[in-house]
Amino acid sequence: MDWITTVDHKKIGILYLFAGLLFFAIGGLEALFIRLQLAYPMNDVVSAQRFNELITMHGTTMLFLAALPILYGFFNFIIPLQIGARDVAFPFLNSLGFWTFFFGGVLLNIGFFTGDTLPDSGWTAYAPLATEYSAGRGMDMYSIGLQMSGIGTLLGGLNFVVTIVNMRAPGMTMMRMPLFCWTAFITSILIVFAFSALAVGLLMISFDRLFGGNFFNTAAGGNEILWQHIFWIFGHPEVYILVLPAFGILSEVIPTFSRKRLFGYTSMVFATSIIGFLGFMVWAHHMFTVGMGAVANTMFAVATMLIAVPTGIKIFNWIFTMWKGQIRFTAANLFAIGFIPSFTIGGVTGVMLAMAASDYVFHDTYFVVAHFHYVIVGGTVHGIFAALFYWFPKMFGRTLNETLGKITFWLLLIGFNLTFFIQHWLGVVGMPRRVYTYLDGQPGWNEMNLVSTIGALLMGVAVVILVINIVITLMKPKNATNDPWEDGRTMEWAISSPPPEYNFKQTPLVRGLDAWWVEKRAGNKEMTPAEPVGPIHMPNGSILPFIMSIGLFIAGIGFMYDTLLMIVGGLGILVICMILRSLIDDPGYHIEPEEIEGKGVKA
Amino acid sequence: MSHAHAEGHTIDHLEKATLEGKNKILGFWIFLGAEMVIFGTLFAAHIGLRGELNGGVSGSEIFSLPIVAIMTALLLTSSMTSVLAIQAMHRHELKGVALWLGITVLLALGFLGLEIYEFVHYVHEYHFNIQQSPFSTTFYVLVGCHGTHVAIGIVWISLLIGQLFKKGLTVVTAPKVYVASLYWHFIDVVWVFIFTVVYLMGKVG
Repeated sequence: MDWITTVDHKKIGILYLFAGLLFFAIGGLEALFIRLQLAYPMNDVVSAQRFNELITMHGTTMLFLAALPILYGFFNFIIPLQIGARDVAFPFLNSLGFWTFFFGGVLLNIGFFTGDTLPDSGWTAYAPLATEYSAGRGMDMYSIGLQMSGIGTLLGGLNFVVTIVNMRAPGMTMMRMPLFCWTAFITSILIVFAFSALAVGLLMISFDRLFGGNFFNTAAGGNEILWQHIFWIFGHPEVYILVLPAFGILSEVIPTFSRKRLFGYTSMVFATSIIGFLGFMVWAHHMFTVGMGAVANTMFAVATMLIAVPTGIKIFNWIFTMWKGQIRFTAANLFAIGFIPSFTIGGVTGVMLAMAASDYVFHDTYFVVAHFHYVIVGGTVHGIFAALFYWFPKMFGRTLNETLGKITFWLLLIGFNLTFFIQHWLGVVGMPRRVYTYLDGQPGWNEMNLVSTIGALLMGVAVVILVINIVITLMKPKNATNDPWEDGRTMEWAISSPPPEYNFKQTPLVRGLDAWWVEKRAGNKEMTPAEPVGPIHMPNGSILPFIMSIGLFIAGIGFMYDTLLMIVGGLGILVICMILRSLIDDPGYHIEPEEIEGKGVKA
Repeated sequence: MSHAHAEGHTIDHLEKATLEGKNKILGFWIFLGAEMVIFGTLFAAHIGLRGELNGGVSGSEIFSLPIVAIMTALLLTSSMTSVLAIQAMHRHELKGVALWLGITVLLALGFLGLEIYEFVHYVHEYHFNIQQSPFSTTFYVLVGCHGTHVAIGIVWISLLIGQLFKKGLTVVTAPKVYVASLYWHFIDVVWVFIFTVVYLMGKVG
C-alpha cells in the first residue's frame, strides 16, 4: 500500500526501474520469438499476423515502456541526490506520471489478456496501414495506450526540468552540475516538446479510426505523409531522449573508475545541448525515399551529419578521461567501456544512412535494423546496465555480484555483436525489414539469419543471468557503505545507502564540480552543510494518482470498445480526483531533528 | 505605491513567495511550451489540409465573421479581466480578484455558448460534420481542442473562486490564481491565431 501511495522520489524511482525491467523482459521475449521465426527459411514458429504483432510490440515496448522508464528510474532516484534536493519539484505529479505510464503500458498490452489482435502496423504506425488497413482493436490499443503512457512521460519530463532549474542546493551552479543531471535536463526538455507532438499524432490516428476523421484518409483528400512528419518530429528526438541519459551515465561511471575528473566537462555540456538542438532539425532523414526532392534531402542529410561532430567530442572525452587514469574494470565500467566501440559503430552506420543517395539502397533493409540496434542496444542498454551496476548499492544498499556481472557483460557483448553485426551484410545483400519469412536459396541469407538468431539467444542468457544476479543480491543483507566504489565523486555517495527518506539531514553546500570529491580532498567525512539542523518538511503520500490513472485506464478501454458508460465513468473519476486534489491542501508533515538522530544514520 | 514597497517584494508578489509557488509557475510555463507544440501541430495539419474539401463545403461558404468577431471580442476582454484579477491580487483585494475572475468566467461562457451554437449551426445547415472532408476534420479538431481548453478553464477558474472565498489569498492559493491567468492568456493567444489562420484566411482563401 505504501508503494501505491508514495510520493517519495526514491520509491517512485524503484517503481519505474522494476516496471521498466518487467516490460524489458516482455519485449525481450518478443525479440526472441522474432529471431526464432527467422532462424530458418520458410519457418512457421509464428503466423504472419503474429509476426507483425511481435515486431510492433517489440519496438513499442522496448522504446516507450522499457528503456525510457528504466532511465526515468535513475533520473528519479539520482537527480535529487546529485543536486542536493529533498525531493523532486512536484512529488504528487511524479507519482501521477508513473501510474499513468504504467497503466498506459498495460493498456498497450491488453490484447494479451482480451485475446484481441495486438498492434500490428510497426512501431512507427504508418498511415494508412495503421488507420484503414489494420483490422481489430490492435491499433486502438496502440494509439490510446501510448497516449496514456506518453502523458505520464510528459509529466515526468516537466517535473525534472523544474527540479533541476529550481531545486539545486546552494553553490550548485549549472556548470557545477554532474553531467548525468545535465543530460537528464536536456532530455527532459526534448521530452516536453517531442512527446506533445506525438500526443497530437496519436489523437489524429484515434480520430481517424474511431470517429471517421480524414487526416490520413487519402481517398477523401487526407495526407498520409502528414503522419510521417508528425511521427518523426517526435521520433527523432526520441532517439536522443534515449541515448543522452546513457551519455550522462558514462560521464559518471568512467571518471569514477578512472580516478580522474571528466575530461572536457564544459565541452561535454555544450555537446549535449547541441545534440539536443540538432535532434529536432533532422526528422526528415527518416523520409528520404518519400520523394521530398533533392534540396530537402540534402538539407536534412547535412544537418544529420553535423550531429556526428558533438557526438565525436563526447567519444573522445571519455577516451581522454580514461587516458592515464587508474582504471578499475568493474562490471559497471565494463559496460561503460563496451558502450564506446558499439555506439561508435552505430554512429558510423548512422552517417552512412544520412547520405540521402546511399539511403535509397539501405532503406528498409536489415542494414537499418543493424544500425539502430547498435545505437539502442550498444548505446542505451549498455548505459542502463552500467548504471544498474553502478547505482544498485545506492538504491538497494547491496552491491550486485561482480563475477555474474562480468559474465553478463561478455555474453551480452558477444551475443549482441553476433546478432546485429551480420545484419549489416544481410541488409546490403537485400533482405528487407519486417518480412515474416524468406525463401531458401538466397545468397547467404540462411547462414546469416541463423547466426543472428544464435546471438539473440546468447543475449537472452545474459539477461537471465542478470535477473538471477538481482534476485540473489536482493536476498542478501544490506551492507553497502555510503561510498561503496570508494571513488564516488558526486553527492549521492555522501549519504547512506540506501538514503534516508529526507535525503540530506542538512541541505549541503556545494563547493565545486564533483562536490563530494572536493569534500573528500579536504578531508571531510560528509558534505559541508548550508543550513543548521532543523525540522524537515515532507509531503504526504496520496492515493489519488493511482485512482486517477485507473480512471484514465477505464476511459481508454471505453473509447476502444465504444462503451459510453466506461468513458463517462473513467473521465468522471479523473475529474473528481483532480477537483479533490485542488480543494484539499496538503500541509505535509515535519520530521523533527530528534527523530533524525533517533533513526541513527549508519556510518 | 510606496506602501507596496514598504511591504517588500515577497508580499508584493504573493505567488512567488514560496519555492512551491515558484516551482508551480515555472512548471506551468513549461507545460505551456508543450501546449504550444500541440496547437502548432494542429495548425500545421489544418493549413496543409484545408483545401481538401472532398466535395463538401469550404470555409468561405460557411464562416460567419460577425459571430466570430463577437467571440473574439468576448475572449480578448476576458483576457483583460484576468489581468485585472492579478492586479487586484497584488493589491491584496480578495473581492476584486473574485469579481474579475467571475467576469472572466462569464465572458468565457458567452464565448463557449457561441462556439457551440456555431458548431451546431454548421452541422445542421451544411452537414459540415467531422467526417465530411479533411478540412472539416482539421477544423473541428483544432477549434474543438481550443474550445475544450476554454471549457476546462471555466471549470478550473470557477473552482478557484470558491477556494478563494474559503481560504482567502494565501501563498497556496495565489500561485493557483496566477497560473490560471497564465493559462487563460495562452488560450487567448491561440484564439488570435485561430481567428486569423482559420477564419480570416479561410474566408478570403
